[in-house]
Amino acid sequence: MTQGPGTNGLILNEPLLWEKGKKGRTAFSMPDQDVPEAIGKIDSNLLGKGPDFPDLSEIDVVRHYTRLSTWNFGVDTGMYPLGSCTMKYNPKINEKIAAIHGIAASHPLLADELSQGCLQLMFDLQTALARLTGMDAVSLQPSAGAQGEMAGMLTFAAYFKKKGEKRTKILIPDTAHGTNPASAALCGFTPVAVKSKDDGTLDPESVAELMDEDTVGLMLTNPNTLGLFEESILEITARVHEKGGLVYGDGANMNAVMTIVNFKRCGIDAMHLNLHKTFSTPHGGGGPGAGPICVVEKLKSFLPLPRVIKNDGHYLLEQNDKDSIGRLHAFFGNFGVLVKAHSYILSMGRENLKKASQLAVLNANYIRESLRDVLKLAYDKPCMHECVFSDALQQEYKISTLDMAKRLIDHGYHPPTIYFPLVVPGAIMIEPTETENKEDIDQFIAVFKDVAEEARVNGERLRQAPMLTKLRRLDETQAARNPCLVG
Amino acid sequence: MKEISELHLPIDRSYSDDHEWAQKTGDTIRIGVSDYAQDQMGDIVFVEMPEVGDTFAKGDEFGTLESVKAVSEAYIPLSGEIIAINEALEDAPELVNNDPYSNWLVEIRPTVAGEFDKLMSRDQYLAFLQG
Amino acid sequence: MRYLPHTEQEISEMLAVTGHTHLDDLFSHIPDNCRFQDEVDLPGPLTEWALSETFQGLAKRNAAASARAVLLGGGSYSHYIPEIVPSLIKRSEFLTAYTPYQPEMSQGTLQGIFEYQTLTARLLGMEVANASMYDGASALAEALLMTLRIGRRKQTVAVSTAIHPHYREVVKSYLRAGKFNIIELETGSDGRTDTSGLQQIDGLAGVALQSPNFFGVIEDLGNAANDIHGADALFVSCFSEPFAYGILGSPGANGADIVCGEGQSFGMSQSFGGPGLGMFACRKEYQRSLPGRLVGETVDLDGKRGYVLTLSTREQHIRREKATSNICSNQGLCALTAAVYMACLGSTGLRQVAKLNHDKAEYLKKGLMEAGAEELFSGPTFNEFVLNFKFDFGSIREKLLHRGIIAGMELGRLYPALEGAYLFCVTETTSKTVLDEVINEVRP
Repeated sequence: MTQGPGTNGLILNEPLLWEKGKKGRTAFSMPDQDVPEAIGKIDSNLLGKGPDFPDLSEIDVVRHYTRLSTWNFGVDTGMYPLGSCTMKYNPKINEKIAAIHGIAASHPLLADELSQGCLQLMFDLQTALARLTGMDAVSLQPSAGAQGEMAGMLTFAAYFKKKGEKRTKILIPDTAHGTNPASAALCGFTPVAVKSKDDGTLDPESVAELMDEDTVGLMLTNPNTLGLFEESILEITARVHEKGGLVYGDGANMNAVMTIVNFKRCGIDAMHLNLHKTFSTPHGGGGPGAGPICVVEKLKSFLPLPRVIKNDGHYLLEQNDKDSIGRLHAFFGNFGVLVKAHSYILSMGRENLKKASQLAVLNANYIRESLRDVLKLAYDKPCMHECVFSDALQQEYKISTLDMAKRLIDHGYHPPTIYFPLVVPGAIMIEPTETENKEDIDQFIAVFKDVAEEARVNGERLRQAPMLTKLRRLDETQAARNPCLVG
Repeated sequence: MKEISELHLPIDRSYSDDHEWAQKTGDTIRIGVSDYAQDQMGDIVFVEMPEVGDTFAKGDEFGTLESVKAVSEAYIPLSGEIIAINEALEDAPELVNNDPYSNWLVEIRPTVAGEFDKLMSRDQYLAFLQG
Repeated sequence: MRYLPHTEQEISEMLAVTGHTHLDDLFSHIPDNCRFQDEVDLPGPLTEWALSETFQGLAKRNAAASARAVLLGGGSYSHYIPEIVPSLIKRSEFLTAYTPYQPEMSQGTLQGIFEYQTLTARLLGMEVANASMYDGASALAEALLMTLRIGRRKQTVAVSTAIHPHYREVVKSYLRAGKFNIIELETGSDGRTDTSGLQQIDGLAGVALQSPNFFGVIEDLGNAANDIHGADALFVSCFSEPFAYGILGSPGANGADIVCGEGQSFGMSQSFGGPGLGMFACRKEYQRSLPGRLVGETVDLDGKRGYVLTLSTREQHIRREKATSNICSNQGLCALTAAVYMACLGSTGLRQVAKLNHDKAEYLKKGLMEAGAEELFSGPTFNEFVLNFKFDFGSIREKLLHRGIIAGMELGRLYPALEGAYLFCVTETTSKTVLDEVINEVRP
């Protein structure tokens, strides 16, 4: 039996914040009262007692969160092969860069001349992302991929409105991430599902059949959510353009193709990137991320405002464009995240970004070849940066994808993405990324093989898993039936 | 999940191909989901109901049943106006899992004649499930 | 490159397993006319040392690098951040973790966010809070969409013109697609929103006010709630400075149905406006209509208390086009940051710091008024206020700027009708010495 990194280890319990503390404790160094108290300036009917927060000492707070952290698992802890999430290593130097005082203390409402450093940073990042995608213009404002998609959909709506065309439908493949139809619906479009072929890719004919003058166009992901390159993409985008439509690219899987695929040449009119995936900014347990959008020239005027432009070596904010879809964020987006992505791009340079994509694809194909006898391969063709299996081979032992995933936890791995995309029942999607080395991947493969074997001979251990974590499987039914959302 | 032979399918109901059942209660008709439906859905955590007075055409979505990880639309097997909803399900959606036949979802006044007779009998529904 | 661990030997071995000889072979199925024809022109790679130099250079070209004081709020606030906050937050188990979809190995994040939800609900006087939205602006937009969802057939919302202008722009962007009507509510000479005419508006789903508002004026939320509920609409109360609730009555206590706003003040650097934190809370009866993620309490197989993401059927990954929002990644780490910050402050600390903000702002306001400025609005303020000067304050402001003090912001760029007036903010971070320096510069 291969030993993965998972083992027993003493961790400590820790109650909820309000179950600790004593009135009068504090962890905040109170500044001096160097001005007189302002009494009676606010009517008493507007005043309140303030919230019921626990009072904690500095040590109380430090112990609390230190203990909580020991119950978690990050990329720094171990392998995190989540398909479509690109959990690559998050460089620490990027954190330090984002915390540099002159950057971290910048107020967003200062005049342009007082923020040249920040504005240049944004302009340079805009330029880099435009060059990396092959597109013509970029807005860094969207705070996440989903907001980038929304920006894209609003851009399409504005484009057609200006042309005087009324289009209400949008084509979305059945393999799409849930944010795609949600973003489309938020912008008033009706999603129409396009069925993928049996080989997992889109058929230009299927797209052509559904594409008409009432349809805005197509939202697609390339490489797609199954980790496959849409080889017919030129034909697909041509069919959409023929009927006056536009193509939106979900760039979540950019990590497979950096400096290799030119999205503008593919026929994409607008796309977003996920900086917290491809560009190494940390996931933070659920954000903050960033989802900048990149568009072709004819859509540039619709981009959110403000935008950073350069004039005679000087950086300015463009605030006026009556075509613009407007603002999506109070200021410039998740600026601190943008800094980290920019720092990553400068650290890597062209050659290393290309290498990163090549190695990400190598790692995924290596895993694909190594596990194909043990798990059912969903599509028997070369993959890009992620590969998809299912639990079809384990069904005869009444073991599901979920059971195998939970058992991997005991071995010291975060499970791969499970039950997505929906077109593969019991999907297991593995994306190692380029920052995993060969020994660790070999160990992961060996452990997964053992888990599959254990499924055959001793399935109950999988159904009881995980057993080494602080808590065992949790009752999600109870949580949903009787929601207890505050303490 | 249950095998088809294990399903409880009472004879005194009519069934739709969306796995709903219907039963006449005087002038009105009570509607619920079949044992097959509740078994497929798993633990039901929430039932979203229409409002009394809402009207639907046969096949319209009139509500949803949520489990932890999925949402199932409920399609009305007959055109009608909602005259009652089963309020017990608001606090205890699991009643539908426990007994999907006594725990009905809605009661309607049918608005189109002849639709009830077009529903499947229990034997026809069983054949439908097996087919 | 230190982030790419493969040796040439390992690459050869792995290629052999995949049946290829060169890395380029892995991409052979990608058509030529999908590829870049020339090399992508990018700067770098920079060593770790050159990288630091580059960014230090950029940082120096920002006024913030050498400013001694920034007396400006407007949605971005300078507050002291205890060292333990960044120290705890940057622990890699929090920082580099994914969304807690595998709860057994994510209890740190899950309990942390459950605590954040609880403290947020208490701060705002509400029953339920979510795990975050992107920022105060998008939170407001989503709150108004929520009132329209709850209001079913209603098509109109009303929005105070004293709400942050950028928030109102974002509301317009979000509501445009649904073709909803947005009515604007004006303010009076006291700087407060006039909610008296609401009953005349047909199909009103929700009404939004900000308190303290963009002018720093504290709205009479209780009075507004009466008018709003009288018009059969939901009351959305928003904010940009949560410290205010250290001394003011909470929006929940004053009748709000949904409360949302910007949480940047609680432990996040200003960082040129982001990442921020959209705080979002509502009454329990509306919780299934909430956008965003929710953490709930439950038990595991052994009966031990634990936390999970819950009510997920509202969200995009299950409900897809019928979801309450399209939000997926939110501001998770920022929410955790705010929780750590609120834990550092405690009730006692929050009240004290809030009071100090108010005291210092009143001190500057009083000093400037004695030196010849006039309050533009008569309503009470928290830590921001608007003044008119009878003389040219612009040139005084320039002088102060050269001495490293950014004294407020001219309002005309955001409120053309108020050109010549200045918006100021004073927090606990500005000493009496600096405030006196500003007052003395203004004094004739």
